[in-house]
Amino acid sequence: MSKTVPVIIASLVGFLMIFAFFSPQLLWLRQTAEDWFAIITTIAMIYGGLTLCFHHLKKISDSEAGWGFSAVTLLAFGVTVIVGMLKIGVVPETARNLNHPWSGPFLQEGGAFWWIYQYLFSPVVSTMFALLAFYVASAAFRAFRAKNVEAILLLVTALIVLLGQTKDREITTLFLPAMTDGSTSYLPIADLTEFIRKTIVTSGQRAIMIGVALGVVATSLRILLGLDRSYLGGDE
Amino acid sequence: MSSSVTILDRLNVLDRRWIFLAMALAVAAPILLGIGSDESPSPPTKRLFDRLEELPEGSRILMAIDFDPNSAAELSPMALAFTRHCCLRRHKIYFVTTWGTGVPLLDATIKTVVQSEFGRGDRPYQYGIDYVNLGFVAGDAVAISQLTSDIRKARSQDMQGTSLDSLPVMNDVVSLQDMQLLITPSAGFPGAKEWVQYAGTPYKIPLAAGCTGVQSTQLFPYYPDQLVGLVTGIRGANEYESMLASKYPVPYAEMSKRPASLRGGPQRWAHRLMISLIVLGNAIHFANRYRRSSHS
Amino acid sequence: MNRETTIWTLLFIVGGLSLAYHVQSSERGVGQQFVIPVEIAGRVDAATGVIVPLGAGESTEGEGVIKGVRYDKAGRETSQAVYSLSRTIGVWVAAILTLCVFSYLYRDNPFYKLVESIIVGVSAGYWIVQYGWTVLVSKVLVKLSPDLARYAFLPETPVDAKPEYLYLIPVILGCLIFCRLIPKAAWLGRWPLAFIVGTTAGLKLILFLNADFVRQIRSTILPLVVLSTNASGGSDFDWKQSIQNLVIVVSVLSSLTYFYFSVEHKGWVGRISRVGIWVLMISFGASFALTVMGRITLLTMRLQFLFDDWLGLVRM
Repeated sequence: MSKTVPVIIASLVGFLMIFAFFSPQLLWLRQTAEDWFAIITTIAMIYGGLTLCFHHLKKISDSEAGWGFSAVTLLAFGVTVIVGMLKIGVVPETARNLNHPWSGPFLQEGGAFWWIYQYLFSPVVSTMFALLAFYVASAAFRAFRAKNVEAILLLVTALIVLLGQTKDREITTLFLPAMTDGSTSYLPIADLTEFIRKTIVTSGQRAIMIGVALGVVATSLRILLGLDRSYLGGDE
Repeated sequence: MSSSVTILDRLNVLDRRWIFLAMALAVAAPILLGIGSDESPSPPTKRLFDRLEELPEGSRILMAIDFDPNSAAELSPMALAFTRHCCLRRHKIYFVTTWGTGVPLLDATIKTVVQSEFGRGDRPYQYGIDYVNLGFVAGDAVAISQLTSDIRKARSQDMQGTSLDSLPVMNDVVSLQDMQLLITPSAGFPGAKEWVQYAGTPYKIPLAAGCTGVQSTQLFPYYPDQLVGLVTGIRGANEYESMLASKYPVPYAEMSKRPASLRGGPQRWAHRLMISLIVLGNAIHFANRYRRSSHS
Repeated sequence: MNRETTIWTLLFIVGGLSLAYHVQSSERGVGQQFVIPVEIAGRVDAATGVIVPLGAGESTEGEGVIKGVRYDKAGRETSQAVYSLSRTIGVWVAAILTLCVFSYLYRDNPFYKLVESIIVGVSAGYWIVQYGWTVLVSKVLVKLSPDLARYAFLPETPVDAKPEYLYLIPVILGCLIFCRLIPKAAWLGRWPLAFIVGTTAGLKLILFLNADFVRQIRSTILPLVVLSTNASGGSDFDWKQSIQNLVIVVSVLSSLTYFYFSVEHKGWVGRISRVGIWVLMISFGASFALTVMGRITLLTMRLQFLFDDWLGLVRM
């Protein structure tokens, strides 16, 4: 019972999506399922927020190492939710709606929630990703070694593409005679980069894509047929 | 001999923070000196540019701003350039995002281009007539599927809470299948890949994508059969800006309107550093091998 | 005080003094932000009770006028621009947080950990607010109680909208996920999960098969001998396109052979799969270079923020 009903739900809705793709008569059912999907994932997200709070509250109550950071996380979470749901600093967009103080967009420029996005969220997440520029440089220096044929291919391609992604690819024209019309439009690195992109890189990725597609199709089919129930977790 | 040995030993144990410092300088110096760089167009970028030029005035273009601050450095300049081009060609633009964290970036694109640059003059771009902000549609890739059958099922109101039925720009528009072109500057999930899988390929809707460098190789197999155009990373954005600058020099030749071209200079120097580091790293590797073999 | 601490203390003092001097001497100011007030005003129509926008030139100070003020970003030079303290503080906060994140490059430290903790909370909160307004209010509340939605949040909701109680089903199904918190009823929490997994699996089965399998095979079936029409109407052998097509076909087939594990990779299968490995290595090499490109761009953007928006050293 505990696993039969969910398997039936998954199969029913899954096969519905498949049949609706081929049958316009079932379109309304597909649209309803898609609508419900958004609602259910939203509630799941609230559940996720709640478990995050429980996790950090437990860390604080157990006085685990770094519990102070958990308190900061909880505080940031609480402030963001309150500020966003109360639409602090947001004004109605049109005169008609002036007597509806909560009618303005919650992310309105100048509002408190927008401020959090603009000056807290945006700079921090983008800087965290920018850190990778440094680590990738360090990795290139330490680990990118021509140890065998495969590594040489990887390395040489990376060098060609790195050079080909900026105007420096035109430097190679300095070593070549000018074209008959005097132009310097013959860019071997640019041509080579484009050739690699069009042929070998595309082909390698295409092979991966075909393999992944087959994997996704097989897994989906196993889920819909009830053969794969791992997503339901262990017995409870 | 002894001095060269010392240098090799030092390089073998070089603290990575010196490399970090070199990278910081390679990027910071060109910014402070104001060094930019333009680009010559590659075929996948030019194909999108040409498609937007060929479409008749008033064509319906869906602009899906599917990225967040993590990838805004590469994709924001693209979003601005695509939107500018659509406005210059007087197309109707339908802005949407499937990324919750993309909403302020979508608003910024509209404010910077549509409202500030095309919101005045003889034929101003008017909200509800020439463009609409559909805002965020929830449900990730499933939201794209929803849009392909009925936009109003995914969102019955625009970002300001106005019913879509009361907006003239939405007249005769039911789903994505009524669009002449979908353009998505996108990163990650859901992104260009999902737009290809859920909208472009099954419903044969012309689709073009702008993508981050990281994501680009995954999208190459879709071009040119399933993607009209593919603009890759900051280089692609720079190419697009350069094409806009040469076709519409006033005012798009100005560097202040070309964020990607401004980032071209630091990009060039950082790539030079990366190439040098790879070459130096391998030189050390071979020197160590030579030293080991000569010792044994 | 050890040597490292001394150096850092000195660096902080020198940095702080330089910043203080720059704040005093900079013409543009450091991180200064300006806004322009946008007034939204209307007058209540006595007959209908609806607020109507003011006519052109009508005073916003008259009786019965209701006003709201929004502030949009503006350049310092814009007429009527006013200094914005909240946004200026915002730029300073963003700059300090950016530097805190960069401090990780030296070593892990409490500043970085603090920023990390803040951002975990803010991110989770952001998503809840985003989905709350976009789905729970704009999708669920509008359907279940259009009158309440019109009264409180979405005044444009059609007046003839009727409640659609069918939407209670996904709400109840979704709320079952909270049963996971109750050990005896935890099994009920699988139902909404099954709905999500089933929908995704059904859609993916068809769409992956179409876009990533069939269409990819179709795109690989290419002519190996390409003829192009010349100026005199005859046919020429297009060696460039022919080589390109040949490379694509060989590369895809060899890479697929590498991924085919039902046959042992020996003999000619082994040789072909080795070519496949080379193709994949070239592909990964290009991926690496393109990834580097992206990360450098991000770093450029962050430094541009520090030098332009915050310190005002350059003008973008």
